[in-house]
Amino acid sequence: MSKASKAETDAAMSDLVPEPRQKPVVPMKPVSINSNLLGYIGIDTIIEQMRKKTMKTGFDFNIMVVGQSGLGKSTLVNTLFKSQVSRKSSGWNREEKIPKTVEIKAIGHVIEEGGVKMKLTVIDTPGFGDQINNENCWEPIEKYINEQYEKFLKEEVNIARKKRIPDTRVHCCLYFISPTGHSLRPLDLEFMKHLSKVVNIIPVIAKADTMTLEEKIEFKQRVRKELEVNGIEFYPQKEFDEDLEDKTENDKIRQESMPFAVVGSDKEYQVNGKRVLGRKTPWGIIEVENLNHCEFALLRDFVIRTHLQDLKEVTHNIHYETYRAKRLNDNGGLPPMTVETEENHESNP
Amino acid sequence: WLPTTACLSVIGLFRDCRKDESCRSLSLTGHVGFDSSPDQLVNKSINQGFCFNILCIGETGIGKSTLIDTLFNTHFDDRVANHFQPNVRLKAQTYDLHESNVRLKLTIVNTVGFGDQINKEDSYQPIVDYIDAQFEAYLQEELKIKRSLYSYHDTRIHVCLYFISPTGHSLKTLDLLTMKNLDSKVNIIPVIGKADTISKTELQKFKIKLMSELVSNGVQIYQFPTDDETISKINATMNGHLPFAVVGSLEEVKVGNKMVKARQYPWGIVQVENEHHCDFVKLREMLICTNMEDLREQTHTRHYELYRRCKLEEMGFRDTGPENKPVSVQETYEAKRHEFFGELQRKEEEMRQTFVQRVKEKEAILKEAERDLQAKFEHLKRLHQEERMKLEEKRKLLEDEMIVFSKRKAATELLQAQAFASTPTVSLKKDKDRKKDPGFRLEILCFDVKNQETDQEQREREKLERERFTHREFQK
Repeated sequence: MSKASKAETDAAMSDLVPEPRQKPVVPMKPVSINSNLLGYIGIDTIIEQMRKKTMKTGFDFNIMVVGQSGLGKSTLVNTLFKSQVSRKSSGWNREEKIPKTVEIKAIGHVIEEGGVKMKLTVIDTPGFGDQINNENCWEPIEKYINEQYEKFLKEEVNIARKKRIPDTRVHCCLYFISPTGHSLRPLDLEFMKHLSKVVNIIPVIAKADTMTLEEKIEFKQRVRKELEVNGIEFYPQKEFDEDLEDKTENDKIRQESMPFAVVGSDKEYQVNGKRVLGRKTPWGIIEVENLNHCEFALLRDFVIRTHLQDLKEVTHNIHYETYRAKRLNDNGGLPPMTVETEENHESNP
Repeated sequence: WLPTTACLSVIGLFRDCRKDESCRSLSLTGHVGFDSSPDQLVNKSINQGFCFNILCIGETGIGKSTLIDTLFNTHFDDRVANHFQPNVRLKAQTYDLHESNVRLKLTIVNTVGFGDQINKEDSYQPIVDYIDAQFEAYLQEELKIKRSLYSYHDTRIHVCLYFISPTGHSLKTLDLLTMKNLDSKVNIIPVIGKADTISKTELQKFKIKLMSELVSNGVQIYQFPTDDETISKINATMNGHLPFAVVGSLEEVKVGNKMVKARQYPWGIVQVENEHHCDFVKLREMLICTNMEDLREQTHTRHYELYRRCKLEEMGFRDTGPENKPVSVQETYEAKRHEFFGELQRKEEEMRQTFVQRVKEKEAILKEAERDLQAKFEHLKRLHQEERMKLEEKRKLLEDEMIVFSKRKAATELLQAQAFASTPTVSLKKDKDRKKDPGFRLEILCFDVKNQETDQEQREREKLERERFTHREFQK
């Protein structure tokens, strides 16, 4: 195109494009300068201020347990939170029929400890892996997780937003592996492959008191290898390690301890003069919190005492953001989705 | 910014339980350990670092920079502004501060030239624009598809220190106007600068007058929060001391046996950190030690949300549609997107048309040029042809000449041969028949004549040879 015609087109274009708003004449990108402090100011009190604020507002944590019936999910959750959180105690009768499809049941509890309030939601998935044909039985679970993201996104996108958006997103998913001693089942692999991209999965070997120490070590090695071969990234994911310190710490956990081989129990027994949680068998008492017996204490410390906040952060910063980006990219906008909550619907029609 | 979002994403614990079947309180039978959650959260925040942005508004020379230097115990910027700025500008500088294990990214924004102009009608506008620009930047980041809010350098102004001149009378009109325009956008803490010019009694009256003026004009200044029991008492007391009368100084003077920050006058020493002399300690206490987090939270949850709501409504998004049915932002977004796409396509069509037009014109021009060229080419070709024909004629002539010549040459050679043939018999005859043949001499004469002829012909022949040779060269 000749220069004259280009200028014409430019002029034509600028008529259509409105004048951009005048930017304020201020430097937007400030320059960082390091300053030496002479004397104490008090900036570090911000830690205390923050801590006080968070204690006032409290925390919430949503944990999902997935596994076939009879693997001890409910018991483990009870043991983790040292109270009757599972659906067993909320009125679910153990003799009820196994549901025909995978259901999602979320039950919320409020627990307090040391001045810190926590709203704990345990999401149970009865019916997972129990049918004859288990194809796509992870789909209801994936759908539930995405629904929670959708709910949060909807709230976030509102014009007049709530001060605190209720967070029902699943922060952590404990996947129970059957202690066969051989290897992972195809169902396990399929589930973890699909869901490791949307939620933090922590694989757990259930009923670990059926294995001896050597069997346990071997089994864990095999499971780790299989997970690696299949490209399944369980929490803590390698790609989200922020610095060297995190990496070494997480590497140790990833390569040695996980998957945790756990035993759950909510009954107490007297051992050596102390009351401990355990399982009583003719050949001895298995102490749940004894590291020599099983790795329950490791799991508890990992999930609750050290990585609780990190689980929430990875969910919010990474899984949720991935979901959001995908959602906003599809068709350039979001068609309104009817959110069907499957919480609390009766298992017996 | 994640820590605050994390806390804020928790619903009021005893409020929103209606969705769940049983949101009951449970008692724990042992130590679970989630009481370390605040620590975990705090540790993460420490790793990330904190941001705090202060805006100082006040006339030139009222002591803004000195006060900030005194607050943070360090020399930030040495340059002093003059009074002849044509309009109000804002100057922002970011500093990285470390204290124990806390890293703070502190941004100080100063107004330059505030209150110096003759016509001060527009003085507050650049400030409002700056604050809005920071909100806008954050909003843009939040609306992005691929966003990184947790590593976003938050530049929103968390607190605005408004410096009031220590006249002792009342608020200036400029002050009122500016504060009214800013109170819904930022947390304002009014301070009285250079407070060592006012005596104690005057100060008390001045403060009361100022506060009543602010209240009667409906200016919402920042109130220190009184909902947390541990700090509510002190905050309430402090609320009563607003505006803080401050004195700033980094110079140290010996008082008693200590070196303190003070200003030395002939009549005495004003100690900055003495609570009887000025309210500096109170300001530092409130601003940094007690309420920094609250200031940040207020900025995010109140001022930013207000801005966001106004901005989105301005852009045409609604929460409820025309029939009062809830319309999701997504639908509006989709509709707008279609609209924009339509617009875009229309513009594309226009451009395409223009383009086609241009192309046609250009083609016409080019065709014209081509035709010209063709004509020229033909002309030249013709010329060339003519030249060639001429040359051909010439060549033909030459060749004809050559043929004629070669014929002549052949004839001459024949004759020459005959002449040669007769000459040897003549010599024989000469020895033998000299006596017998009287015709001998006649023949010799004939021979000479023939020789001459051959010479001439030889020369002609040579000339023609040369001509032919050059002609051949030419032909080549």
